[in-house]
Amino acid sequence: MNFVLQLWRQKNPRAEGAFSRYEVGGITPDMSFLEMLDTLNEQLASKGEAPVAFESDCREGICGSCGVMINGAAHGPIGGTTVCQLYMRHFSDGEELVIEPWRARAFPVLRDLIVDRSAFDRIISAGGFISVPTGAAPEASSALVPKQGADAAMDSAACIGCGACVAACPNASAALFVGAKLSHLGLLPQGQPERARRALAMVARMDDEGFGNCSWHGECQAACPKSISIDTIARTSRDWSRAKLAAGRRSTPDRTNDSVSEP
Amino acid sequence: MRTLDELAEGPPHDAAPAADASVSQRRWRTTVGLKVLMAVTGVVLVTFLVLHLLGNLLVYQGPTALNSYSAFLVREPLLLWVARAVLLLSAVLHVGAAVLLWARDRRARPVRYRRVARRSATVASRTMRLTGLGLGGFIVFHILHLTAGIIEPVPFNEHDVYRNVVGGFSVGWVAAAYLGAMGLVGLHVWHGAWASLRSLGVSRPSPQPKHRPVAWLLALLLWGGFTSIPLAVWLGWVR
Ligand code: HEM
Ligand code: SF4
Ligand code: FES
Repeated sequence: MNFVLQLWRQKNPRAEGAFSRYEVGGITPDMSFLEMLDTLNEQLASKGEAPVAFESDCREGICGSCGVMINGAAHGPIGGTTVCQLYMRHFSDGEELVIEPWRARAFPVLRDLIVDRSAFDRIISAGGFISVPTGAAPEASSALVPKQGADAAMDSAACIGCGACVAACPNASAALFVGAKLSHLGLLPQGQPERARRALAMVARMDDEGFGNCSWHGECQAACPKSISIDTIARTSRDWSRAKLAAGRRSTPDRTNDSVSEP
Repeated sequence: MRTLDELAEGPPHDAAPAADASVSQRRWRTTVGLKVLMAVTGVVLVTFLVLHLLGNLLVYQGPTALNSYSAFLVREPLLLWVARAVLLLSAVLHVGAAVLLWARDRRARPVRYRRVARRSATVASRTMRLTGLGLGGFIVFHILHLTAGIIEPVPFNEHDVYRNVVGGFSVGWVAAAYLGAMGLVGLHVWHGAWASLRSLGVSRPSPQPKHRPVAWLLALLLWGGFTSIPLAVWLGWVR
C-alpha cells in the first residue's frame, strides 16, 4: 500500500513547525501505524533526511507512550485503540493522512510528533496516590471490596496516561484523565482516607497546568484507547463538591492531622 | 502552568512546590467549581422556565385567566421581586462563569488542528456559547417587549397582558423572533440539562450519551410549550 502523509515537523519546542508532505510506499495491511512511520523513517534515512520523531515503547497498547492525531482523530479513526495497535488495513490504499501531535498549551511540542506530557505527572504527584506503608501483601480478604466497586475501579485503572483525551477535547481538558485517576483510587477502600484531599489537589493542579474545562462533548470518551467513561468526570465533580462542602463546615482548614505526605 | 521559555531552561519535572499545593487546595474558582456554579444557576433558570411556561399556557384559557395571573403577581411584590433578584443573580453568575471558562478554553489550545474529526460532540454541545448568547439577547428583547413595554409592536397596556401577547404575536417578525429563540432554548436545555446533572455529580452512569430522558423531556416540553403560543396566535387559533 502507498500513502500520502501530511506530517507536522518541528525541530524543537521554540521553533515554528510546519506540515511536510511525504509519500511512503511498501506498506502492508498488517503493519501497525507506527510500523508505517518506521518504514517512512527508513525511506527518509536512506535519502539522508532527518527521521520523524514520535514516541513509542511497548507497542502493545499498554504503556501510553504513543499517540498522534490521524485525520483529526486521536489514535486514529477506529476508537478504543492506540496508534501502536492500529493497523494499516483500516486505511485505504493511496489515502492522504494528516498526522499531527497532540495540541494543548499544557502539552508543548518537543519535536515533530512528540509532546511533553509531564503535566500529567505533576497532576499525579499532587494527589494521585495512596500514602500508606504497604509492607507485605495483606491477606486477600482483609479488605472487602464490593464487586461493582472493584470492576469500576479496574475500568478506571486501565488509563495509560496517553493524553488522547486532552488531544480530542475541543477545550483541551484533562477531565477524563483526572476522572480516571480519582475513580481508580476513590472507589477502593484503600483510597478513602485521602479521597477528599485528592480530589481538591488534583483538580487544582489540573487547572494550574492550563487545561481547559469539561463541556461534556464526550470526545474524550470516544477517543480513549481504554474507553474510560465520562461518568468518571461526574464522579470528580461529586468528590470535589463534597470535599469543598466538608472543608467549608470545618471553620479552619485542618491540614495537620491528616497524614498525607507533602512532596 | 509553564511557558515554553521555562521549558527550554529545563525546570524540574517532578512535584510542584508544597506551598503552591496548599494554596490551590483552598481555591474555589476551579474549572470544576465554575461548572458546578453554571449547573446550579442553569437549573434555577430552567426551573423558572418551567414555571414561566405553566403560567404562559393560561393564554389558552382566555384573557381573564392570564390577566388575573399577572394581576396576582403584581399584588405580591415581595414574591415578584425576590424571584426577579434570584433570576438576575443566576443569570449574571451563569454568564460570568461561561465567560471565564470560555477564556480558559481559548488559552488551552493555542495551536489549532489542521483537521478535526468529531465523533461525539453534538450540534447542541458545540453551540452552547452561541445559543447562550442568543438567549441573552432574547431575554433583553423579551423584557423590553412584554415586561417594560418599551418595544411596542402593538400599543402596550400594562393591565392587559393577554392583548400585549396576542397583539404582539400577530406581528410577523415578533412571532418569528420568538419561534427562533425557542429553538435556542430547546438546544441549550437539551445539552444543558444533561450536562448539569453531570457537572453536579448527581447523574446516573450513562453508557450512551444521547440516551438522556430527563434532558429530552425538558427540552421538548419547553420548546414545544413555548413555541405553541406564537404559533397558535399566528395560525389564528388564539385571538
Ligand atoms: C445570556 C444567556 C446565556 C449564556 C451566555 C449561556 C451560556 C452557557 C454556556 C457557554 C454554557 C456551557 C458552559 C461550558 O461548558 O463551556 C451553558 C450551560 C448551561 N446553560 Fe446557559 N447560557 C445562557 C442562558 C441560559 C438559560 C436562559 C438557561 C436556562 C434555560 C441556561 C441553562 C444552562 C444549563 C442548565 C447549562 C449546563 C451547565 C453545565 O454544563 O453543567 N442557560 N450556558
Ligand atoms: S483517560 Fe484514556 S485517553 Fe485519557 S490518558 Fe487515560 S487512557 Fe489516555
Ligand atoms: S507504544 Fe505503548 S501504548 Fe502504544
